[in-house]
Amino acid sequence: MTVQQVLFFLFGAIALGAAIGMVTARKVFHAALWMLLAFFGVAGLYVLLEAPFFAAAQLFVYMGAIGVLIIYAIMLTRGMMRQRLPRVNDQWWFAGLLAAVLLVVLVWLVWQHPWATTTAAAPEDSLNRLGLTLVDPEGFALPFEVASVLLVMALIGAVTIVRER
Amino acid sequence: MVPLQWYLVLSAAIFCVGLYAVLARRNAIVILMGIELMLNAVNINLLAFWRYTQPEAAVGQAFAAFVYAVAAAEVAVGLALIVSIYRNRETVDVDEINLLKW
Repeated sequence: MTVQQVLFFLFGAIALGAAIGMVTARKVFHAALWMLLAFFGVAGLYVLLEAPFFAAAQLFVYMGAIGVLIIYAIMLTRGMMRQRLPRVNDQWWFAGLLAAVLLVVLVWLVWQHPWATTTAAAPEDSLNRLGLTLVDPEGFALPFEVASVLLVMALIGAVTIVRER
Repeated sequence: MVPLQWYLVLSAAIFCVGLYAVLARRNAIVILMGIELMLNAVNINLLAFWRYTQPEAAVGQAFAAFVYAVAAAEVAVGLALIVSIYRNRETVDVDEINLLKW
């Protein structure tokens, strides 16, 4: 087993184990902390996939921004933390069954499909290429601009929704 | 090198855990966390396919970048809605948020 495979199992176990900890956590705040750990495991997987930019963005955007937003939301709705409610609704067994069936189908699909993979190394300037593709009119320039409009609209929309009247 | 299938199986497992959180948990904030988990699983898939099929093209990475932007927008608006509902109804339990249900 190579070092990469050991690291894959390490980060994969962190991500998957923390995800399971998140859905089974009794308290919402603990669920948020498990979620941050799952994001960290996924960031490790991005490093293994030779996408260091996405590993850094995972730390900043997911663990930083989204994690703080979710913890803020938990604090703002902290009346919910005092209530002793069951964690899951009464269709949890159906949801679990559906998720398990989907997992079995996906794993079966993945294993029986012959993937045409390449062993070529990732180019040294892959981040450079990503930047050029994002602003290339032949590439993703229009979706890139639309994404920035979407972010501004989400910002204004969020402020409008929570404003006290 | 790690085979592509391992990444796909792992991301399928994370996706299904997120799906269970969305379908079964009662707290709306945990449901949003489940959605984030599912988006993360999708991103693992996108980057794994980029790395293992076309590392010289940046398309897979570009898609992953868009997933980041949309996830940030989604979580901001979603949490704003949850906080607003909590102000009006004193709950974030999705079983009790049934104004649009009849």
